[in-house]
Amino acid sequence: MAKDNEKIIQQNMLKPDGLNPKVKYSIAAVLLALLLLGIWWLEQILPPSSIIFTVLKKGAIYSLIAVSLNLLNGFTGLFSLGQAGFMLIGAYTYAVLTIPPESRAAVYMYYDGGIIDFALPVPVAMLLAGCLAGLCGFLIGLPVLRLKSDYLAIATLGFAEIIRAIVQYDKLGPITNASNLLRSFPVFRSTLFPFIVAGLCIAVICLLINSSYGRAFKAIRDDEIAAEAMGINLFAHKEMALVTSAFFAGIGGALLAMFQMMVQARAFTSAMTYEILLIVVIGGIGSITGSIIASFLFIACSEWWLRFLDEVQIINGFQLPFMRSGFRMVVFSIIIMFVVLFYRKGIMGTKEFSIDGIYKFFRRLFTGEGKKPKEQKGGGAA
Amino acid sequence: MDNLSYYIQQLLTGVSVGGQYALIAIGYTMVYGILRLINFAHGDIFMAAGFFMVYASASLPLYISIPLVLLLTVILGVSVERIAYKPLRQAPRMSIMISAIGVSYLLQNFATYYTGGLPRSYPTIPFISEIITIGTVTTSWITLLTPVLTLALVIGLVALIKYTKMGMAMRAVSKDFETAQLMGIKINNIISITFIIGSFLAGVGSILFFTKYPTVLPTIGAMPGLKAFVAAVFGGIGSIPGAVVGAFVIGICENIIKAMGYTTFSDAFTFVLLILVLIVRPSGLFGEKSTEKV
Repeated sequence: MAKDNEKIIQQNMLKPDGLNPKVKYSIAAVLLALLLLGIWWLEQILPPSSIIFTVLKKGAIYSLIAVSLNLLNGFTGLFSLGQAGFMLIGAYTYAVLTIPPESRAAVYMYYDGGIIDFALPVPVAMLLAGCLAGLCGFLIGLPVLRLKSDYLAIATLGFAEIIRAIVQYDKLGPITNASNLLRSFPVFRSTLFPFIVAGLCIAVICLLINSSYGRAFKAIRDDEIAAEAMGINLFAHKEMALVTSAFFAGIGGALLAMFQMMVQARAFTSAMTYEILLIVVIGGIGSITGSIIASFLFIACSEWWLRFLDEVQIINGFQLPFMRSGFRMVVFSIIIMFVVLFYRKGIMGTKEFSIDGIYKFFRRLFTGEGKKPKEQKGGGAA
Repeated sequence: MDNLSYYIQQLLTGVSVGGQYALIAIGYTMVYGILRLINFAHGDIFMAAGFFMVYASASLPLYISIPLVLLLTVILGVSVERIAYKPLRQAPRMSIMISAIGVSYLLQNFATYYTGGLPRSYPTIPFISEIITIGTVTTSWITLLTPVLTLALVIGLVALIKYTKMGMAMRAVSKDFETAQLMGIKINNIISITFIIGSFLAGVGSILFFTKYPTVLPTIGAMPGLKAFVAAVFGGIGSIPGAVVGAFVIGICENIIKAMGYTTFSDAFTFVLLILVLIVRPSGLFGEKSTEKV
């Protein structure tokens, strides 16, 4: 009996269920290349004002931000609501440092052109945006990471509000332009730019999650006390998760500023964090691919597919009831409530969308072989 | 002398704002005491009460519309609990909190849709919005009435919790959910009563608040809601006197900051206070210390 089991285990180890890693990575590379090519091709045939590009750009940016929040909420179990604050820092850092000197007089018209008279290259400014957000994450982490779930949520939410107040402070006007908007900084034209930047950032987050640090994060999420007993330094790992998340939220904020072509502190309210949190919930707390899928779905629904709900529709002289401005968001929030209440796992649960998974799915579908591993095991034991 | 009366006026306003926060904060602290849930939707229930009044008073006289508004607010609060929180009672706490955020999102979007997103002006309630002058200080009745009414309601509530059977049941539930259930306490009823009290007080708070700041907006609930929550944490979450003291401290400090000319920071101050409290004394002024069990 025991020997039988051992044999099965050995067989399973020798013949892994999935694909050869080399094949897997080449398929992934080909798919990514196809995706980028597809976008490039779309840009050639469609006018740049097409709604698809808005959805793709914003979706890519939100993916990055949602994944960064998921790193905290889903993988480390820290219920943080400070994402809007980090995004704001990123967006402002980027905008302040890249506005070309010749346009500064117009942007900072109330503050004599501001006190900064240089402009950094875009990649440097974006990196700095991430670093400054990360630094703020580190500083705020020192006091608040000692708190438990709900207190942490409220403290990080409060942090975001404090940041918003500081940026709008009059005395800081020469740097941040106070409550006036910042504009004229370099922006991207191609949809490929946010895809590549967000893709690279998400890849780094994936590497982190699959490293030994990532396993420590998951251990903290599952049971803090047990994790501590296993020798994981709770504070250091939580701080690390927070700084990483803040860094990428900062880069996401910079991308968002570029997408909007202007940035104003007033927009970065707690409602923005809630939206991102809801995206993470819809995608599945603890699933990176889930967050990405949910971001694109969320943006597509709110910017495109549900737009028709906002317009008064008349069919055969009969005006459809309820349809007027704002109805889209009501329908949208009802859908979200349904997901939260009845479909709590979200689209992906904690699973990931992987080439291995698809391969196994098709193999099951076509050959009927290698069904669920559970059944196999039962068969072997009998 | 002019300066002095200015400061007294600001202080009075602060006390009055504190009273309004206190009424909202009680809803937070009671729900947290029993469900261990930050009811993010509470601020939006406060906002909804404002809109109920706008619409009710358009066609009804005040002596009908005020009770009607309170009733509708209570119904809204209890239905939110029944629909959005009750199905998740066995779920992890994060899920309920997310559900609360979802409800808040829904209420705000619905209010934006229903009202067209435009600010509505709140009806004037005669007498309490009249201006009075005491010595050199000019203020309105509402400013004087708010703290008195708040204290009266709070004393009534504390008596209710301390001396009635229902209050005893509430205390039992907040001490230990499961044991209370085993002792034959109907948990769901107690939770509903908590939401009834919380929403009722939020309704009263909204009438007082909007008489003073007579513009109702779909997003107006968020800030007073968060501040009231901070007040509840400051006073020690779960403790009613704590929430009231915290609310008065926040209301007064905020108005002093405004009077000194730092209006931008009046909101941020609340959160700085929150972070300070959480560092120095996480259980708040009157909160019980909880020990972590494995």
